[in-house]
Amino acid sequence: MSIVLAAASGALFGVGLLISGMTQPAKVIGFLDVTGAWDPSLALVIGGAVAVYAVLLRLTKRRSDPWFDVKFHLPTRNDVDFPLIAGAALFGIGWGLGGLCPGPGLVAAASGSLPALAFVASMIVGMLVQHRAGRLR
Amino acid sequence: MPPSWLFALIGGALIGAAGSLLFLTHGRIAGISGVLGSLLPPFAHDRGWRLAFMGGILAVGLVGGLVAPALVGASVRSLPLVIVAGLLVGFGTRMGSGCTSGHGVCGLSRLSSRSLVAVTTFMTTGVVTASLAGAL
Repeated sequence: MSIVLAAASGALFGVGLLISGMTQPAKVIGFLDVTGAWDPSLALVIGGAVAVYAVLLRLTKRRSDPWFDVKFHLPTRNDVDFPLIAGAALFGIGWGLGGLCPGPGLVAAASGSLPALAFVASMIVGMLVQHRAGRLR
Repeated sequence: MPPSWLFALIGGALIGAAGSLLFLTHGRIAGISGVLGSLLPPFAHDRGWRLAFMGGILAVGLVGGLVAPALVGASVRSLPLVIVAGLLVGFGTRMGSGCTSGHGVCGLSRLSSRSLVAVTTFMTTGVVTASLAGAL
């Protein structure tokens, strides 16, 4: 049941991404490119997501634990450091360049889009490189 | 045909619901770059729910490509640029500990100062990059 519900969460997430328009690079870039014909509609994706998530998160946190684990795993860090900013900056450049971020990239790749497959492959490489680079310190 | 903004709103609400379901059942943040990264070295121990979550996303993509291919858009950049974009997204999300789902949806909902900085940063560089690429 635990695995089924995790899969269901992923599936629902994927459906949300497809419906939202995030899996359409042209739409994403139309949102991020503020010159020319600006399409602000994707702002409602984060708006709708946060509206739902913020409410359900608060309700869920009243519980002592989740269904299938002994505790909730929330991030504990509050500090802002260089990797956070630099990493976010690089991610933003990649997102603005390709019009895909991780989730939509995976959905699009699974749907058979060859550019998205290339995106996911290079995304994985980028992740592996970052991990190795981090270990060089 | 419902307007674009309605699709965005409903899609976003489903994303929020999905993340909430994962949090209720497994107590985990639905940050895609984080879940994907944990299936790469250094591998997380609890791979069960992570693989299932990823499997769900991919399965929907597969079915989506068959029943609603119009929802997946074509790439707007050449293949070399798409590859560069992927490298930046992979490297950046791992370095920055999150992406639009982790920092954007979950982090902002929690009023996390780290996520607020991250979101502001990637939105800024995203807008600048897309706008410059569009102008060039």
